[in-house]
Amino acid sequence: MSSTVPATSSYWKRNQQRLAPWLFLAPGMIMFSIYVIIPIFESIWISFYDWDGLGAKTWIGVANYVELLDDEAFYTSLKNNILWLVLYLLAVPAGLAVALFLNQTVIGIRLYKSLFFFPFVISQVVVGLIFTWFYAPDFGLLSALIKTVTGESIAILADERYVTLGIIAAGLWPQIAYCMILYLTGLNNINPEQVEAARMDGAKGWSLLWNIVLPQLGPATFIAIVVTVIGALRSFDLVSIMTDGGPYGSSRVLSFYMYEQALSEYGYRMGYGAAIAVVLFMIMMVFITLFIVRMLMQERNA
Amino acid sequence: MNSFKAALALGYALTVSTAFAGELVVNSDQTDPAPKKAMETLIEGFKAAHPDVTVKWNNFDHEGYKSAIRNFLTADAPDVVSWYSGNRMAPFVKAGLFEDVTDLWTENKLDDQLKSAVKSMEIDGKKWGIPYSYYQWGIYYRKDIFADQGITPPKTWAELIAACEKIKAAGMTPFAIGTKALWPTGGWFDYLDLRVNGYEFHMDLTAGKVPYTDPKVKAVFEKWGELVKPGYFIENHAAIDWQDAIPQFVQGKAPMYLMGNFAVAAMVDGGLKEDQIGFLQFPEITAGIPMAEDAPTESFHIPSGAKNKEDARKFLAYLATPEAQTKMNEVLGQLPVNNQSAKSNDPFLKAGFEMLANAYALAQFYDRDAPAEMAKAGMEGFQQFMVKPDSVDAILARLEKARGRIYK
Amino acid sequence: MFPTPVQKAAPWVRHAYTIILPLALIVWLLPLIGVAITSIRPSGDLAAGNYFGIPSRFAGFENYTAVFRDSPIGWYILNSFKVTIPTVIGAVGLACLSGFALAVYKFRANLILFFLFVAGNFIPFQILMVPVRDMTLKAGLYDSISGLVLFHIAFQTGFCTLFMRNFIKSLPFALIESARVEGVSEWRIFRYIVLPLMRPAIAALSVLVFTFIWNDYFWATVLVQGQHAMPVTAGLYSLNGQWIAAWHLVSAGSIVAAMPPVLMFFLMQKHFIAGLTLGATKG
Repeated sequence: MSSTVPATSSYWKRNQQRLAPWLFLAPGMIMFSIYVIIPIFESIWISFYDWDGLGAKTWIGVANYVELLDDEAFYTSLKNNILWLVLYLLAVPAGLAVALFLNQTVIGIRLYKSLFFFPFVISQVVVGLIFTWFYAPDFGLLSALIKTVTGESIAILADERYVTLGIIAAGLWPQIAYCMILYLTGLNNINPEQVEAARMDGAKGWSLLWNIVLPQLGPATFIAIVVTVIGALRSFDLVSIMTDGGPYGSSRVLSFYMYEQALSEYGYRMGYGAAIAVVLFMIMMVFITLFIVRMLMQERNA
Repeated sequence: MNSFKAALALGYALTVSTAFAGELVVNSDQTDPAPKKAMETLIEGFKAAHPDVTVKWNNFDHEGYKSAIRNFLTADAPDVVSWYSGNRMAPFVKAGLFEDVTDLWTENKLDDQLKSAVKSMEIDGKKWGIPYSYYQWGIYYRKDIFADQGITPPKTWAELIAACEKIKAAGMTPFAIGTKALWPTGGWFDYLDLRVNGYEFHMDLTAGKVPYTDPKVKAVFEKWGELVKPGYFIENHAAIDWQDAIPQFVQGKAPMYLMGNFAVAAMVDGGLKEDQIGFLQFPEITAGIPMAEDAPTESFHIPSGAKNKEDARKFLAYLATPEAQTKMNEVLGQLPVNNQSAKSNDPFLKAGFEMLANAYALAQFYDRDAPAEMAKAGMEGFQQFMVKPDSVDAILARLEKARGRIYK
Repeated sequence: MFPTPVQKAAPWVRHAYTIILPLALIVWLLPLIGVAITSIRPSGDLAAGNYFGIPSRFAGFENYTAVFRDSPIGWYILNSFKVTIPTVIGAVGLACLSGFALAVYKFRANLILFFLFVAGNFIPFQILMVPVRDMTLKAGLYDSISGLVLFHIAFQTGFCTLFMRNFIKSLPFALIESARVEGVSEWRIFRYIVLPLMRPAIAALSVLVFTFIWNDYFWATVLVQGQHAMPVTAGLYSLNGQWIAAWHLVSAGSIVAAMPPVLMFFLMQKHFIAGLTLGATKG
């Protein structure tokens, strides 16, 4: 470093401030472009081809998208994705409820909080297997409970009416834990004076929560909603582990349907898969844009 | 720096795993105990015959293998791969990923010895692999329970229905099945179609020449419905795999099971004695139609990207010999394809061999006779029918739409 | 404090709370407890229909031994470490650099690049699947640990940069300015002034990325096929296919696979939660 030639050194000195950020950014940006940014455009490109991933590609224009419009399985997946989105968001109020329940200072509460959070740390593969067992007809714990209560045995994962609900419930388990920890941290940081002042004014219970506490939990709520929406649209692991999209495709979601079409045992349609991925990407872009706009506003205010 | 070292170490690990000359790389998916042992027998036999060749065997998980094979065929092809015959190998043959091995067949006069499998190994008049084993499908039943109930093994559809009624009346469910993995439904469709409409129609249908909305296809589902609607299949079958349904057969809750011969091992493992299990050919439905059977064939192939094709050919030639096939199938509990192999004494294999030897023709299996995509859509439809028999028209309309797209 | 501490509430509320708390925990962890108990059941219990009762004897030792002896799960776990550790080092390292650049320098593309990283972090994996798989195949990295590591590093850089950038922004900028006045080079500012202050962020991020990567299943399925490079998540799923109806083994295997991130969580709890909740309290 010390033995640099004076001429370059002075150029470097003059422009160091301008060049440095690019040098610092280069490694990360190169990796990120190769593996994330460019492939997005490649996928869009591939979605205009008929390609089995083995032989040559054939340009077919928007035919893949036209086919999607008339594909029952696509609508099933879309419908399930919406169901995921709506029900998964229950994790936010549920997480808040658990956080309020645990926000006490009794003996051992730290351990309780950790144990309540614990499901989030476990891989979705394991969560999926645990709940598959939990739901299994005859020998699963939940099925056994249902049977003792109603006298009927229900195979949750084999019944098109319940299967997606069952998978979402499994997904909610770690997600509630996640939201809970966000809110616990948020509750820790709320302004005690404001709360006490409001109490003096006679506010309590719901009105205190709604008018004083929740507004202060805004940032936690925002992050909780962001991660939950993303999680709902990304749901793949649980569907793949618990049902493989079945019975007869009724628990598919877009991310799984895409994989199924492109790479699974019977799927050889890279172009069609890419088209499904593009649709999912567009849906996700709506949310990503909303998040970014909000973050941008915060940056401007900061 | 640590990550750099780690990267170096990884790079080293990678180079070590690639092949060198004189080494034969075999990829296959034989993780179950019997197939694994059979594969070991085969490799040992080959090594004894060709001591100069070292064999490197990569054994894959059965389900994962089906998608993995596409990747290694295009990326880093081994020298020999296991795969399935019929339409299941068509995408690889069409993409030029399998080696033409017609020469091996002519040199070793295999057209005679492997006669029963000639058709299933041929695409465009060329042969694309060597078959080594096949097995029968049929209805396995509980002899003891049939005797208790006074049921004689049914030979016709009417007798089968009567037997089902009797079993149901005695508080049992006639048929065990687990359809979570979809393919067990293919066996039912195959047999019903083969018996209702015959082999030629079934082949035309799986080849995409007949619409799924054809009344003849509908007729198949009507027969199927006669079993589904009265509840002759166990409940919750869509939640379980075929192995999960074995206990119901063993415990006598469901005394019949349409399956491949590999199910016998699982039934015996579950605690049944061999003389409690009977085997019967799928009964006749439309009188006068010659009886064809399902008999999936297993085979090995050479990827066109193989590095050591010379030894790969030696391996396939060895695999085709009667001796190799005798030894391997003894362990597998299946039938050798080579007709000069020694015959097994196993009662089920004997029964199977007899049935197949007299069969009018052999079908591979729905998911091998039909192209992959059609097979998936079809079996999904079959599963749906077995849960919701009333939606048959919607299912068939959907399959017809799939057919229109898949076979262009 | 909200809600009102139970200590200030009526005695019956206090008692009710101490009773409900452990009950709630049991209900919450019921599926997990069930699986844990199944994992120590002898296989005979399952065959005999004793699914929920007290295990006839403690068979944990033999079940867990069987899992390690008869399946490559030990190897899968080793693979998971081989994937996870280099990824953590790589992604956190790259993010330190790019986070520093985005936090400290003012240039026109700054915000755009920052939001590119943020947005990239949220996209569905499926839009990357076909090209990334293709590229990995062509580079000869398919079915290798390095192929998986490279992708994970690149993808995690998005999230890590977001995290690091926000963290560095919260540091006192005066430190950097005074160093500049003294003529310290930009690299030395990063290396000797900022990096030491980033330690808590590095710790938090490492723990978090460790868990994310350990638990990844999708990319392990897409980029790896053979046992030799398969991480434990994908490995467990394939074992599940072989252990049909052997729930005592599936349960034991699940618990083994879940152990490393769980241990990581309990040992590094403070960092873990700091990492997860960064930004949840402010900004």
